[in-house]
Amino acid sequence: MDDHSQRAPADIDAVTGRTTTGHEWDGIRELNTPLPKWWLWTFYACIAFAAVWVVLYPALPMTGATGLLGHTARGDAERDRREQAAAIEPMLARLRAATPAQILADPDLRGFAMAGGRMAFANACAGCHGAGGQGAPGFPSLADDEWLWGGDLAAIEETIRHGIRAPDDDATRNSLMPRFVADGMLTVAQAADAAEYVLALGGRSTDGASAIRGAAVFAENCASCHGERGQGSREMGAPRLDDRVWLYGGDKAGILRTISLGRNGVMPAWESRLDAATIRMLVIYLHSLGGTEQ
Amino acid sequence: MDKPEAFAPDDRNQPLYADRVRVYPQAVQGRVRRAKWAILIACLGLYYLLPWLRWDRGPGQPDQAVLVDMARGRLFFFQLEIWPQEVYYLTGLLLLGAIAIFAATALFGRVWCGFACPQTVWTDLFMLVERWIEGDRNARMRRDRKPRWSAGDKARKLAKHAAWLAIAAVTGGAWVNYFTDAPQLARDLLAFEASTTILGFAALFTLTTYLLAGWAREQVCTYMCPWPRFQAAMLDADSLAVSYRDWRGEPRGKAQDPGAGDCVDCRACVNVCPTGVDIRDGLQMACINCGLCIDACDGIMAKLGRPTGLVAFETIGNLAAAEAATRAVPPGPARCGAGMAARRPARLLRARSWVYAGAMVVIVLAMLVGLALRQPLSLEVLRDRAPLYVRLADGGIRNSYTLKLSDRRHDAAVLAVAVEGLPAGAAWQVLGAARHDAAGLPLVETRPDGVAEFRLFVTAPHYALPAEEGTPVTIRLLPPGGGATQAAAATSFLGPRR
Repeated sequence: MDDHSQRAPADIDAVTGRTTTGHEWDGIRELNTPLPKWWLWTFYACIAFAAVWVVLYPALPMTGATGLLGHTARGDAERDRREQAAAIEPMLARLRAATPAQILADPDLRGFAMAGGRMAFANACAGCHGAGGQGAPGFPSLADDEWLWGGDLAAIEETIRHGIRAPDDDATRNSLMPRFVADGMLTVAQAADAAEYVLALGGRSTDGASAIRGAAVFAENCASCHGERGQGSREMGAPRLDDRVWLYGGDKAGILRTISLGRNGVMPAWESRLDAATIRMLVIYLHSLGGTEQ
Repeated sequence: MDKPEAFAPDDRNQPLYADRVRVYPQAVQGRVRRAKWAILIACLGLYYLLPWLRWDRGPGQPDQAVLVDMARGRLFFFQLEIWPQEVYYLTGLLLLGAIAIFAATALFGRVWCGFACPQTVWTDLFMLVERWIEGDRNARMRRDRKPRWSAGDKARKLAKHAAWLAIAAVTGGAWVNYFTDAPQLARDLLAFEASTTILGFAALFTLTTYLLAGWAREQVCTYMCPWPRFQAAMLDADSLAVSYRDWRGEPRGKAQDPGAGDCVDCRACVNVCPTGVDIRDGLQMACINCGLCIDACDGIMAKLGRPTGLVAFETIGNLAAAEAATRAVPPGPARCGAGMAARRPARLLRARSWVYAGAMVVIVLAMLVGLALRQPLSLEVLRDRAPLYVRLADGGIRNSYTLKLSDRRHDAAVLAVAVEGLPAGAAWQVLGAARHDAAGLPLVETRPDGVAEFRLFVTAPHYALPAEEGTPVTIRLLPPGGGATQAAAATSFLGPRR
């Protein structure tokens, strides 16, 4: 005790009479407020915990990239993915067994399919058809009421499974828009007349004489697929020509180009890439974008 | 606290790390102790029994009065049912709790710490058990000083820890009861069928209760809890806090000593203190304002035939006023009378009381108004953004919307969907709506106690297109056949650039 009380006066703070830590910054000294010993031991325990942790988990080079426990973040993620897949499997099984109409009638199934379909659509479809199915030149809009091959649930499912003109699917939907001018079936003048007639079908013609000449060309070359009045044919995926929805541009230059060089858009077949439940979910989601056909 | 010399002899030798000074609080009787027992019984009774209270909510609904249902995302509080998106009610409660503590501290010092804080309540309970099994202060100190424990000592220590663990287990189990059906959990526990999640949480709270109330005790208040560090900001000259009336007690001396004050330096106040402080050093951080020293001192004063209240709930202002009034009066009954006469009643209605009360009233009113205006049915409309609109084959324009109907009621309702403010000739349909009411409006069915989603398509003919900047429309849910609007939401109907 005595030798402590002989401590140099600088160690005692004049105002409080308490000891200082001896640390000084610009004349300001720090009062000594002792830390409880159990706190200190808690720190030591944490250090010991960290030492064990470092060996068990990937941190030290000699324990490899996995630590002694064989842990990897990738493995964790993979396990989570498997657990989630297992958790939703009963729902997926119900989806596979149900018809699209049954899914629509069941709020639980429908909600699940809408959520899953939204993800699948973003992954598989949005690249061409747009994030909301709005389409782009050459890629049909899925949100409007014009469907090349049919817009009811069954037709949508058929299109997704087998694609359009998909080279690797035997059951794919096939049709051909010929290259009328490029292959010498029509002259450029005939094609221009036919294009003018197509404009007339939608009430947009500005050259009556050309359109009348084009009517004959249309009847001979186009009507077999697109219909006498351009009403289209879903059996052949031949678009309506008398409306306001145009896949490749509806002005005269666009129509003339289509007649001259043909159009044969391709959609992949998804049956071999997506499982049946995912396709079901896609059908439900896709139909909800603009699905007014039952 | 203008007595630095009081610190000097000990603190001069302080090392950087402090050994724990064991506190052996002595049993004490008195008014404050009785109040603390009453509050302890009320708090613990509420905590342990509340989950067992039943409340009928109809078939298929939980019948527990207070329940946080994690799986279904619902908080049940008697008739109230809070959904996860209404977390602001919890925010309101937390704000209310914080301001209530501020207000209580400003008026009555740390009454929360001393009487109602769970750390204090459970520590008090654990100390009671400790006294029953190990004896009072002196017996415990003697036992702990022994170099070797006898078999009886060991048995008592063992019994104490077993009792503590049992209380802790009941406490941890009660905590879990707030998150699951209490009777069902009890049956599951008896059948060894409780889930590992539940057992894990129960074990966690068992362990923390045992450690905090049995071992850590006052260390929680002095080293872990932030509240003691800033409580001084709440206190003013009119705050009632447990105080030693030094003007009356000093100078300390023997009872027979004619020149001494009323404090006989018996250390009864120190011996009963659960945090081991000396209240005579003045207001200090480690004092939790529990008032047990008041009971201890009153007992001694009564024995000596002196007025009680040497330690009392007293304001800083009164301490100063009495000090000033008695400076010239010699110790004894005259001094006591002069000091007490100089006091004035604590002012409870001060500016800060009004501010705290006002803030609490505003929060309570906001929450009550929010609850009163809460609709059982609400409609949220999400307008499709990609594409903003769709051109249809006949030249018309279609906008698509997702309707989200939240229905808190427990029976499904059928509602008709109407869209107001559309251009003439416009029409709407709900995807999958097979039925329509007499007016031809599509009918949708709500999802009881849940959210139902529908797709709404609104179409305007090519001869009456909406403006590019959008036509404001209102979507209403009506009873089939007409009637008062059940829910409505505003949105817009967009068309192409013209």
